[in-house]
Amino acid sequence: MSAGHAHPLHRPGTSPVHRLAPQVKIVAAGFGVLCVVATPRERFWAFGLYLAVLGCVWTIARIPPGWLARRVVIEAPFVLLALVFPFVAGGPTTTVLGVALSEHGLLSGWNILAKGTLGVLVSLTLSATTAPGELIVGLQRLRVPTMVVTIATLMLRYLDVIAAEARRMRIARICRGHDPRFLWQVGATARGIGTLFIRSYERGERVHLAMVSRGWAGAMPDQGHSAGRSAWLTGLAPTALAVVVLGVSL
Amino acid sequence: MTPPALLVERLAYAYPDGHQALFGVNLRVEHGERVAVLGPNGAGKTTLVLHLNGVLTGQGNVEVAGLPVEKATLKEVRRRVGIVFQDPDDQLFMPTVREDVSFGPANFGLRGTDLAARVKRALDDVGMADHADRSPMHLSGGQRRRVALATVLACDPDILVLDEPSANLEPRARRELAEVLLGLDRTTLMVTHDLPYALQLCPRSVVIDDGVIVADGPTRELLADADLLARHRLELPFGFRLD
Repeated sequence: MSAGHAHPLHRPGTSPVHRLAPQVKIVAAGFGVLCVVATPRERFWAFGLYLAVLGCVWTIARIPPGWLARRVVIEAPFVLLALVFPFVAGGPTTTVLGVALSEHGLLSGWNILAKGTLGVLVSLTLSATTAPGELIVGLQRLRVPTMVVTIATLMLRYLDVIAAEARRMRIARICRGHDPRFLWQVGATARGIGTLFIRSYERGERVHLAMVSRGWAGAMPDQGHSAGRSAWLTGLAPTALAVVVLGVSL
Repeated sequence: MTPPALLVERLAYAYPDGHQALFGVNLRVEHGERVAVLGPNGAGKTTLVLHLNGVLTGQGNVEVAGLPVEKATLKEVRRRVGIVFQDPDDQLFMPTVREDVSFGPANFGLRGTDLAARVKRALDDVGMADHADRSPMHLSGGQRRRVALATVLACDPDILVLDEPSANLEPRARRELAEVLLGLDRTTLMVTHDLPYALQLCPRSVVIDDGVIVADGPTRELLADADLLARHRLELPFGFRLD
């Protein structure tokens, strides 16, 4: 098991953004996304400014654009949806390259594309600079209900547990001649999922037992310090800029 | 009079499905003793271990250095009784060795420099201080076992309980772990099938079978009793004779 190693969405580092207390980053990201969502879709310049603010954060955190670009593709289904809108929405139309497109649809598509992309980028910035365990601690410090934090903690752990278990089972199947590329062998994979569930459940139980034996009582130990005023001021500075942009755009 | 390190009296336990795993276990372990718990698969060894820190609660009485194991004392009991589970992968779940070793003592309230010092000492004790910032995932089986031991030592337990510590270890890792354990000087209860390991590490052994303790004595004497071993499905490895 040994979960939680080298998470694909985390980029370890020592930049000022990385060092910021996780609760500050969570609040900053949350309010940042709210600003983006509340911005009227016609204020194109505002979205550009949001991106510029994020760009500054990436520079300080030393997150290369390529790293973000590879991960932002998770948004692809929404991009496809945004591209469909101009063709299917009603109302007045405008002609682009000889094709009649709905003005309302274009704006709706833009709205989804701009806000969705910025939302994903904010989330990626948060995850890149904050280790999964720190995010949990941050939620705890923000007084998020213990049950929610516990569920998040266990999910974080179990995901890796299940992935490792699935990998071992797959290797064992392949060693016995299983070739998952062939459609008629999908049955073995499907049956494996049931077994995987049971095994993961059992291992999860044992991990839980080992945690309880070391004094775990439902909350991860918070070994950090609460964030001081300067940490909050620094951390919320980009969000304050976003609030100003929102105020002007409204 | 100082109470024993561990006192188990008339301990009985049935699993929720009705299977009776323990039928009245009595065990007394003095401070500083190293005791091996031997027995075949399904004898009730792990069930007994899980009663020592209150993960399971059956009928009867369990006391750790005079402190009864009950709901109100669970936190202190779990600090006093450190269990190292059979599979280190069940025990290690944090991104780095250091974080995993600090998980237990942090749960028991240690912070800052005290916590860092405790973690360092535990890692030093098992010879893993150089690996503190590595991922447990990237360690060898023997190293993981030693880190799992450190995660428990960091809680500064009065009693160390080891569940099959030599399982899946190569001979060298097995020997290195034995050297670490012999250097610890703590009350130790070691559940094992590895009879030579029990002989090497524990002057006293108890044999548990069908939920009761059927033999209790010096390890060498018990392991030399071929009839006793045969009755309880225990066997020395090929080529070993102690009688």
